[in-house]
Amino acid sequence: MTATVAHVHEGTDAPYALSHLDALESEAVHIFREVAGEFEKPVVLFSGGKDSIVMLHLALKAFAPAPVPFTLLHVDTGHNFPEVLAYRDRAVEKHNLRLHVASVQEYIDAGKLRERPDGVRNPLQTVPLTEAIQRLRFDAVFGGGRRDEEKARAKERVFSLRDEFSQWDPRRQRPELWQLYNGRHAPGEHVRVFPLSNWTELDVWQYIAREGIELPEIYFAHEREVFRRNGMWLTAGEWGGPKGDESTETRLIRYRTVGDMSCTGAVDSEATTLDAVITEIAASRLTERGATRADDKMSEAAMEDRKREGYF
Amino acid sequence: MTSTTEQFADLSATTLLRFATAGSVDDGKSTLVGRLLHDSKSILTDQLEAVEAVSAQRGQDTPDLALLTDGLRAEREQGITIDVAYRYFATTRRRFILADTPGHVQYTRNMVTGASTADLAVVLVDARNGVIEQTRRHAAVAALLRVPHVVLAVNKMDLVGYEEKAFARIAEEFTAYASDLGVPEITAIPISALAGDNVVEPSANMDWYGGPTVLEHLETVPVSHDLTACPARFPVQYVIRPQSAEHPDYRGYAGQIASGVLRVGEPVTVLPSGRTSVIEGIDALGESVDIAWAPQSVTLRLRDDIDISRGDLIAPSASAPATTQDVEATVCHVADQPLAVGARVLLKHTTRTVKAIVKEIPSRLTLDDLSQHPNPGQLVANDIGRVVVRTAEPLALDAYAASRRTGSFLLIDPADGTTLAAGMAGESFASQAHTTVQADEEGWDF
Repeated sequence: MTATVAHVHEGTDAPYALSHLDALESEAVHIFREVAGEFEKPVVLFSGGKDSIVMLHLALKAFAPAPVPFTLLHVDTGHNFPEVLAYRDRAVEKHNLRLHVASVQEYIDAGKLRERPDGVRNPLQTVPLTEAIQRLRFDAVFGGGRRDEEKARAKERVFSLRDEFSQWDPRRQRPELWQLYNGRHAPGEHVRVFPLSNWTELDVWQYIAREGIELPEIYFAHEREVFRRNGMWLTAGEWGGPKGDESTETRLIRYRTVGDMSCTGAVDSEATTLDAVITEIAASRLTERGATRADDKMSEAAMEDRKREGYF
Repeated sequence: MTSTTEQFADLSATTLLRFATAGSVDDGKSTLVGRLLHDSKSILTDQLEAVEAVSAQRGQDTPDLALLTDGLRAEREQGITIDVAYRYFATTRRRFILADTPGHVQYTRNMVTGASTADLAVVLVDARNGVIEQTRRHAAVAALLRVPHVVLAVNKMDLVGYEEKAFARIAEEFTAYASDLGVPEITAIPISALAGDNVVEPSANMDWYGGPTVLEHLETVPVSHDLTACPARFPVQYVIRPQSAEHPDYRGYAGQIASGVLRVGEPVTVLPSGRTSVIEGIDALGESVDIAWAPQSVTLRLRDDIDISRGDLIAPSASAPATTQDVEATVCHVADQPLAVGARVLLKHTTRTVKAIVKEIPSRLTLDDLSQHPNPGQLVANDIGRVVVRTAEPLALDAYAASRRTGSFLLIDPADGTTLAAGMAGESFASQAHTTVQADEEGWDF
């Protein structure tokens, strides 16, 4: 069966133009295949969030009809949304993948990490992540980071060399020329790879809609017990809220990002379908991170500082 | 009144334009970028609030838009842009990826990086100063990298009384210079980034100008050329062999079409081996198609079971490139460590990385006046020069002038993996005598 060429962009002078989603998809697939061709032991960071779900979808398309030649790694903060963990496990099962889990809770229980006074666990992910990379000897680690997310990320390369301590040095990055990605690294070093570098939040949602990709339910409007902290709606739960004079209420909300419950805020929303979510994001006057991430607000260079230490 | 579904359709049918900006420190590049982002409503409230807060903390009256783009601690501390950053914005007609390149000391390698993937470059000029050395450098880099479209944005028109004569003089001088270098298309636009003239909105102050605003031009410039005219090139990235019960015999060659169009039924040659076959099927990420074109990522199936692996190049037999082990090219040196004659390096071309040795460095180019300096012995950071490289294995290399994708390569330091140089195979204006050249190397004609 032969289909006519799909997604041809009509209305341009050029007969062979690609739509922006096709161009982004083609570029991301190229990046996945480059890594598969050049590295010994790559891994895909998979959190069950929309960016990692899109990454997995692209990887499945890139190597079809063969299986994805990578394993997955999840850094479990111990405070993840149960719906997201369930999604993660379903995806692993469905595609017959292998999942490694690096657990923040295990590090805390073993006394190797200490809980922060504010209970925010996002920054605690760095140590379990980097130790898992070293222990399991991954030489390429795919992340769903996008340059539109944050100004330090805007400076990130598609192939980002990390030293044996997983550190990022923004002043010593390799220039990235054409589509010629240089993944050379010494033993002990590894490369972080960002196939979605050039995607925006809206691109991700449009692609999810076009491809009919299933997401965890928390991305769509639903009623939930939440409380207010630092100007954000946080999910009530055993992880540490509400406290003191904070009180819960039931609101119609959805999540724009998925992360640790201690620092991922929900937004008020009535968007229950993909189309409604896309309309809402297109009209939003807040960035994804500005709306929902407490840890980025800690200081002006919070993201850069965490990235330097080995975070994504 | 459009329904949600129609709006979605509108949004998804847009094309993507990659462009780079070039400008020196004080000619208003940050202001132009800031205004494009701001007026296209791509700066969101929380970002603007963050900028306002930091600006106020520093005692500034107005928000410093450069803070939006200077993402690193060191950049904010020093008030300069150190590195290329990528920005994203959109209109209803198109999505944009902007390579925001700093205009500072490391200009050449930074602009080369930004321009390597750009469909268009915006060169900024201060209307009061006209075409200066830096402008000529920017034009030369755009020409060397063969950026298909160049926009000359003559900025600060408000400071020259919005005078047509001032604009026309600069536009004429720049166009003559850039055309000489081989820039195929130049569009000159008089603007004031600060006042907003002709950036997003047409200017009421310059009735004499009948052309597009910067944004209008970005929205309408064609992004792909007629690719049927270019010969097809398919560097093999990865061989897909599921060897599963469902697909026991599937053998597909995965890759991104570097140029041209590929069709089912087309006779092809595999390089460097020279073996031939016919395209039996094209799998375009999940659907079988009859035809595919650059830059689509696809998987090819061939009629014959021949030995093909990563690094090979599949091309139509009728227009297959020649292979060579002697590469003559113009390079931009991008590393801090120098590149000297005799250096043993790795050469990365498409999906193939081979050992190579630098046989000669016939000349180094000074971008300021395009003068040539013969036999410099080595190239240092930001130098542009001609090199002759001998490779350990044959490469199917096109001239960069014919294909940016299959005519480009990297030179890499095998010891530590550093990217040393960005290479462009074949002739360029840097291989011609412009001013001071002594042609004395045997077998090398300028």
